[in-house]
Amino acid sequence: MDPENQGRIKQLVDEHGADNVVVVLGAADAEALEVAAETVTEGDPAFVGPLAGVQLGLPVMHIFEDEVKDQIDPAVYDTNVGFLEMTLDADSVREVMGRVRRG
Amino acid sequence: MELRGKKAIAIGERDAVPGEAIAECLTSAGVEVVMTRTECFV
Repeated sequence: MDPENQGRIKQLVDEHGADNVVVVLGAADAEALEVAAETVTEGDPAFVGPLAGVQLGLPVMHIFEDEVKDQIDPAVYDTNVGFLEMTLDADSVREVMGRVRRG
Repeated sequence: MELRGKKAIAIGERDAVPGEAIAECLTSAGVEVVMTRTECFV
């Protein structure tokens, strides 16, 4: 993950507390999801950004997951994400997210 | 997890769902989006 984004995330967690912050991802690539999820939970796997060695332990979800989707206005979801969910491999995304959360 | 009342960080991807689309959805769920980014993972 971009070091600048890591720095901003660290700053937001310092400001609001890890208990109040959630991360919602939108990538579809398995490796991108794994890297992003690891960065905000265990720390930057590349050991180059501000989150290197910093275990934030943030909850991390994907916009395609029912747990998130069910809380969103269906019309807003369809307009912004519906088409992308149909064209990208959403089942694979959900499988990867389940796997990364199990560790 | 109940998202309402949380501070959300929306990290989208240029070739998938952009951060702005995630933020729009979360806002409709009563979530305060405190950071929106669209990364380019190549």
